[in-house]
Amino acid sequence: VSLGGGWYLTLAAVLFTIGTVGLLVRRNVLIMFMCVELMLNAANLSFVTFSRMLHDIGGESIVFFVLVVAAAEVVVGLGIIVAIFRRRKGATADDIHILKG
Amino acid sequence: MHPAGVLGVTVADGLTFGVSAAMILLGALGVVAMRNPVHSALSLVLTLFGVAVLFVEQGANFLAAVQVIVYAGAIVVLFLFVIMLLGVDREERMAADPLRGQRILAVIAGAAAVSLLLVLANVHWATGAKAVAGSTTGPGSDVAKVGHSVFTTYLVPFEATSALLVLAVIGAVVLVRRHRPSDGGQQEAASQRRAAGTPGPPAPSPEETASPEGGPGATGPDAPRPGEPVTTGQGGPR
Repeated sequence: VSLGGGWYLTLAAVLFTIGTVGLLVRRNVLIMFMCVELMLNAANLSFVTFSRMLHDIGGESIVFFVLVVAAAEVVVGLGIIVAIFRRRKGATADDIHILKG
Repeated sequence: MHPAGVLGVTVADGLTFGVSAAMILLGALGVVAMRNPVHSALSLVLTLFGVAVLFVEQGANFLAAVQVIVYAGAIVVLFLFVIMLLGVDREERMAADPLRGQRILAVIAGAAAVSLLLVLANVHWATGAKAVAGSTTGPGSDVAKVGHSVFTTYLVPFEATSALLVLAVIGAVVLVRRHRPSDGGQQEAASQRRAAGTPGPPAPSPEETASPEGGPGATGPDAPRPGEPVTTGQGGPR
């Protein structure tokens, strides 16, 4: 018998918040990407926990889809980062301001 | 659901959760706090393994395997490839705050978010509604259950993910393709054009004309690109 679902959901909440704060604080786009991965993992952990609490396999299926979407997102996002780095040195989030008015 | 449920938990389960939670939180804090992106990526691996352990703990064995293979095996390696490839493993200046007060606001927003999520995490969620995708209880492994669910209830989203993956691959190829001869790295573009047998663009940039193709002073396709710091003693195209 595992621990109650509230513990897992609390852990997922804390993990999601760490990812959010990291996304807001850091300037390196790669680390911001990693913080997005942290948030996705927190959501996955919540889905699996709900799946166990509600005896519904749909939660685990959704995690499967989230993994696929995360993989696609990382591929495209890193491609964009590589393309940006090719044109300019140093691509922190503050350097990418061409669209700024 | 409520902390009273702790009493019915074995020591092994509690210990597993504790160690995994410590791994997850330490890794997450490492991702956010490390100054070197390589260290952040390795901290991310720690977090992903902790999440995989908690998946096993909750009976999602298939997802734990996928988590380790896809996330720790593919995504983090992709991150590391990009970090090493771009040479961005230099440290970030954390002291400077370009946007005044933004970090304080971020921490305040994070505290608000975590408090809200903690309230939501301790609300009784079960509504008694019947599962549409199948039950986790009953005979059979979770692989069979997830597979049955994915290939029956969620068949259309599953097919959509295949289209999504193809689009992601095409998008990555289009994004990373070099098509403008005026920016750095025209050597590789020229070699790709030669391999493809198609003529190059009509007006090469001065950098391209300065380095003749195949000449004795020409650099190979793996030479440092102009604009990047040349670490070896080899002469660059400029």
